Amino acid sequence: MIRLLVSILLLVAAMAAPVAVHAQEPLRVDITQGNLDPLPVALPNFISVDEALAERGADITRVITNDLASSGLFAPIDQGAYIEDIENIDLRPRFSDWRVINASALLVGRITEQADGRLLVAFRLWDTRLETQMLGVQYVTAPENWRRVAHKVADAVYQRLTGEQGYFDTRIVYVAEGRGVDGETLHQLAIMDQDGANPSFLTDRSYMALLPNFSPSAQEITYVSFLEGQATTYLYDLETGRQEALFASGGRGVASQIDPDGQSLSARFTPDGSQLAVSVETRNGHDIHLFDLRTRELTRLTQHPADDVEPSFSPDGDRIVFSSSRGGGSQLYTMNRDGSDVQRITFGGGRYTTPVWSPRGDLIAFTKQSNGRFSLGVVRADGSGIERILFEGYYVDTPAWSPNGRVLLFTRGEPRSNGTRYEIWSIDLAGFNLRRLATGGMASDPAWSPLID
Amino acid sequence: MRGASGGADSFSRLVSGVIGSKPDRVWPDEGVNIMKIKLFAIAALGAFATACASTPEPVEEPIPAPQPEPVYEPAAPTGPAEGSIEHFVETAGDRVFFGYDRHDLSAEARAVLRDQAAWLMTYGDTRITIAGHCDERGTREYNLALGARRANAARDYLVSQGVDPSRITTTSFGKERPTCRESNEQCWAVNRNSTTTITSGYTN
Repeated sequence: MIRLLVSILLLVAAMAAPVAVHAQEPLRVDITQGNLDPLPVALPNFISVDEALAERGADITRVITNDLASSGLFAPIDQGAYIEDIENIDLRPRFSDWRVINASALLVGRITEQADGRLLVAFRLWDTRLETQMLGVQYVTAPENWRRVAHKVADAVYQRLTGEQGYFDTRIVYVAEGRGVDGETLHQLAIMDQDGANPSFLTDRSYMALLPNFSPSAQEITYVSFLEGQATTYLYDLETGRQEALFASGGRGVASQIDPDGQSLSARFTPDGSQLAVSVETRNGHDIHLFDLRTRELTRLTQHPADDVEPSFSPDGDRIVFSSSRGGGSQLYTMNRDGSDVQRITFGGGRYTTPVWSPRGDLIAFTKQSNGRFSLGVVRADGSGIERILFEGYYVDTPAWSPNGRVLLFTRGEPRSNGTRYEIWSIDLAGFNLRRLATGGMASDPAWSPLID
Repeated sequence: MRGASGGADSFSRLVSGVIGSKPDRVWPDEGVNIMKIKLFAIAALGAFATACASTPEPVEEPIPAPQPEPVYEPAAPTGPAEGSIEHFVETAGDRVFFGYDRHDLSAEARAVLRDQAAWLMTYGDTRITIAGHCDERGTREYNLALGARRANAARDYLVSQGVDPSRITTTSFGKERPTCRESNEQCWAVNRNSTTTITSGYTN
């Protein structure tokens, strides 16, 4: 949909052809392994000829540095160690000055205010060993969008050095948990940038909001609202702030047969955004349904007396993974989009819930409960092979994949004297780089937006 | 914040339009009323400790309904008004308890529900909501489903005892409205319940 990148101009530049001083492979971060050796990168502040913009250049560099460091794949070198003072990004840097401080890559940038008031952000990424330019790009944007441009630069650097798409220019919707005047827990939907900047509430504290999910366009979310006293699936338009109950009126298909006393739970979009999979309570327990956003038709996909909940689509949209207690304890199952060909994919002891299909298609993340502990794990989507546990703790819930399938966010709970404290944490798929997400207070139910266009 | 292309417009709208227009920016205050929560939790635990002193199986054992204090002065009855919410809670009991990951009714739970049904048959203008609750040892959506099962189990039993189903609504709060906030089995046992609330038709 929206083509965001205002203008990308290759700055291939009129520079002397780079001279390779060492016979080496081009710079590349291997992200298939656990991160044993993050890549040392130098990130001097983006320069500006305009004194008034100098501070903004430092701001942008701080955001980029934080993004790259947070991935666990890069080790930004402290600016105090830098020898060369970058004054012109169109000149080749003194590579030896950067090699001597062990920087494998060097990012230099410049910001300029254009005549029309917009900000021109240009940058070059250098391989200090091969003495080659790896990237030279400039972006133009409104000055207030400087943070997004910084995330765009970080995404470009990440992609150039890892070969995979970045995930920094994204947003996260989650549930902000607090305590009301009577000690009750408040659950409000909130949204923020991936790095915790620009937080704001989407719902007020008068009702409970849970389990949000993004649409593929990042313009809408679904969530579970208690506005009407019980769990009800809602659709929320981020652009207008308008929201509506999914099956409120005019529902076709089996929508009219849904028990009005029954609840409807978290809904996830098909990859094309046209339909939702959602667990709806019928007189027969909870069953997975498909809801068409255009025709408003609700189709029942499962009809088991056990509870079938937490559906999530494969990235090709052909299959749905869900959890069900049909086998006794809760386990994970996949089925075709029409409900046929149900396959069980987990067989371990304990209870498996919250399956979420990876954007790459090969893995499904889950929460597992066994022996009084909770863990976050992944299993192959076809159920073959053995599961891999990434994290174990007192409480784990609601895994959410980064758009490139590299990082998982999840709710983590730890017991405290006044109740369990819930926070959102992230972990690399390889099981390293466990970090707390910078939410303002207690938080749960993260949903990660796609890359914003 | 106008860009030269449609792309730039969208860029601006996404960043500042959406976020800036939302209700408030104050983070919820987590520190409020911790004292109150603690006192509540201790009271709930006290009730449970009494219950499990008499039984080796705390998980399956429901908490008995509070008994009225013995009255030594027969004159001037001071109990709750007949047909009031307090009267319901005292004479029938508003909660029944469930085992871990269970939604079947124990003998004790059925006894409480029979008392609830008898009260509801006596005060036939009342309407009720049954809310299912879970402990925190389950994921959020799983527990919303489990809580619904608990509420439905209680409703179905009341209906089997003659209560008109049109007087009953059910809901589930999963693990989100715990009675007791501590992280131990006693607390979790208290939180695994269905709670019947009189919503209309009662005496004030």
